[in-house]
Amino acid sequence: MDVPEQNHKVLLEVKELKKYFPITQGFFRKTTGYVRAVDDVSFSINEGETLGLVGESGCGKTTTSRCILRAQLPSSGQILFRTKEDAVVDLATLPERPLRALRPEMQMIFQDPFNSLDARMTLMDIVGEPLLVNGLKDREERTERVADLLRLVGLRPEYMRRFPHAFSGGERQRIGIARALALHPRLVVADEPVSALDVSVQAQVLNLLLELQEKFHLTYLFVAHNLSVVKHITDRVAVMYVGKIVELAKTAEIFSAPRHPYTAALMSSVPVPDPRLRMQNVILKGEVASPANPPSGCYFHPRCDYATDICRAEMPELTEISSGHFVRCHRAEELTLAGIG
Amino acid sequence: MDNQSSPILEVKDLKTYFMMDEGVVKAVDGVSFDVYPGQAVGIVGESGCGKSVTMRSVLRIVDRPGRIVGGELLFHPKSGGSDSDKQEVIDLVTLDPKGSQMRAIRGAEIALIPQEPMTAFSPVHTIGNQIMEAILLHQEVSEAEARQQAIKVLHEVGVSMPEKRLDAYSWQLSGGLRQRAIIAMALSCHPSILIADEPTTAIDVTTQAQILDLLRSLQQQSNTAIIFITHDLGVVAQMTNYVVVMYLGRVMEAGSVDEIFHAPKHPYTQALLRSIPSVQSTPRVPLPTITGSIPHPFNRPPGCPFHPRCTAFMKGICDCNVPELKTVDGQRVSCFLYQDVEGEDRGRA
Repeated sequence: MDVPEQNHKVLLEVKELKKYFPITQGFFRKTTGYVRAVDDVSFSINEGETLGLVGESGCGKTTTSRCILRAQLPSSGQILFRTKEDAVVDLATLPERPLRALRPEMQMIFQDPFNSLDARMTLMDIVGEPLLVNGLKDREERTERVADLLRLVGLRPEYMRRFPHAFSGGERQRIGIARALALHPRLVVADEPVSALDVSVQAQVLNLLLELQEKFHLTYLFVAHNLSVVKHITDRVAVMYVGKIVELAKTAEIFSAPRHPYTAALMSSVPVPDPRLRMQNVILKGEVASPANPPSGCYFHPRCDYATDICRAEMPELTEISSGHFVRCHRAEELTLAGIG
Repeated sequence: MDNQSSPILEVKDLKTYFMMDEGVVKAVDGVSFDVYPGQAVGIVGESGCGKSVTMRSVLRIVDRPGRIVGGELLFHPKSGGSDSDKQEVIDLVTLDPKGSQMRAIRGAEIALIPQEPMTAFSPVHTIGNQIMEAILLHQEVSEAEARQQAIKVLHEVGVSMPEKRLDAYSWQLSGGLRQRAIIAMALSCHPSILIADEPTTAIDVTTQAQILDLLRSLQQQSNTAIIFITHDLGVVAQMTNYVVVMYLGRVMEAGSVDEIFHAPKHPYTQALLRSIPSVQSTPRVPLPTITGSIPHPFNRPPGCPFHPRCTAFMKGICDCNVPELKTVDGQRVSCFLYQDVEGEDRGRA
């Protein structure tokens, strides 16, 4: 948790990342506007660290993670990745061929273990596929490796010949994790890895993720909306709202002393599993702004209790208000907001 | 809530089985609980525990091959405000699910807030059309009056510009508005029981907070009993007075919300509460887990359904006998830690 940062190299640095989706209309598909799914997002992740990316649906957290893995081509910005050879490459503009060589270093764990596994492939094929694609042609060797991987995630290697339907949600998520780890990745992007799981199984998968991180010195980008899970597993948290990061800080700090009104509202909205602590929550009015037609000034101002004239007119910059704590709010300095925990 | 009042719904030893080709799935296997007027009951459990099937049984909308094979669902309708002693009691199990009596109760007396607001509305009819349909089915009013009522109920649930929204289609509304519209539809006939099946799982946290706040204030105003079906222990802790914990079709524990969260008796409830990462817990420390996973419905373990995962498992007792739901210090628990088995059973195995 409190590892001094200087000992850690930056593994991934995202600079001013933007991803706009055109809105087309009419027969000639004329572009009439843009959905600014990701609008000027910057952050960095150190090696061995877990960064949480939090926000409500449509805030651009998934698009950000997809851009990092180049499942989507960013509109602009830089995604600087430090390779195994200690060279820094920009994934945003990297051509297909060298990118492919880098793919094994970045893997993804998907949200829905029921749809992300091919129902017609056995575990051997699912987990072995990345190995095969990356040149492990020898079947016996591959079987060996798959067995190791299954053991690693807590599944019995005898299950190798079975199909995904024979497994429960938690076990399927383990299969997905085994597949993601097959190529010794350095960066693992986990997009809501536990939100589709039952409570009792969720804890098992979270423990597994923590254990694997320790074992292989993995770096996680953890995309989630469940704040209790995020608090449990991350070192730092970035909160996104309508395509922009509104606050970025160390996990303990952001939870105990949030500086952005949206972060504070988000936290107080989480129902606490304790009837003695009934919510005195900040209930936000209105709905999340549309990234196709965001409001003027600070995107959050129509829902903000603290909005003033400047908030309506000007978009605040993401500024560092204390060491490592970034906030995008005009009034961050003066406001005292309640946190949790 | 108040102990003087009689329950509005008594679920007694309800059994709903699904007769599949592969065997019988005992989705609900002897569930009992009471609901009082104005009470918020939470039914908690993980997937496959039968919480949704219980509620579908109450509404009599269990799909084939599912069937209620036993038990009683005693519904006490509000008798026009008068407190006569001879209150009518209807056993919903005996009614024809498609008959006029059940159809009069469903929607009017017992209403459902379905899980997915996206799929619950028909996309080819306007919101107003669908809310008015419910009103026209259950009340003898003209179409114009129904429209006025629909506007009123939409206004009550906090939809701005209800006159305009009435003519909107569900896909034109945002998630939060759609959920409000669904709640409006459920409330349109002033039901005495409202069943909310995972009312907030499909929506974002800030919207969830709004919806929960809305449900809370509606409940305070109208004295409606709400049954929350959810797996989110946070929602249960915040919203309910009484909690029923289910596992594999059986009630593991039932009690007041404070007792369930602060003095859980059943090992399953205890383990479940420990395994959720809380915003207050120490980060990055491995969470205590429940070993194994929920068994497949066809491989139901014999005896107590939780015994293969239980830390307090007693060989020869838990795997041979099914514990009954017994009252222990005001809470109802089904666990052999709190009750004895008949002498001869103990010796076996």
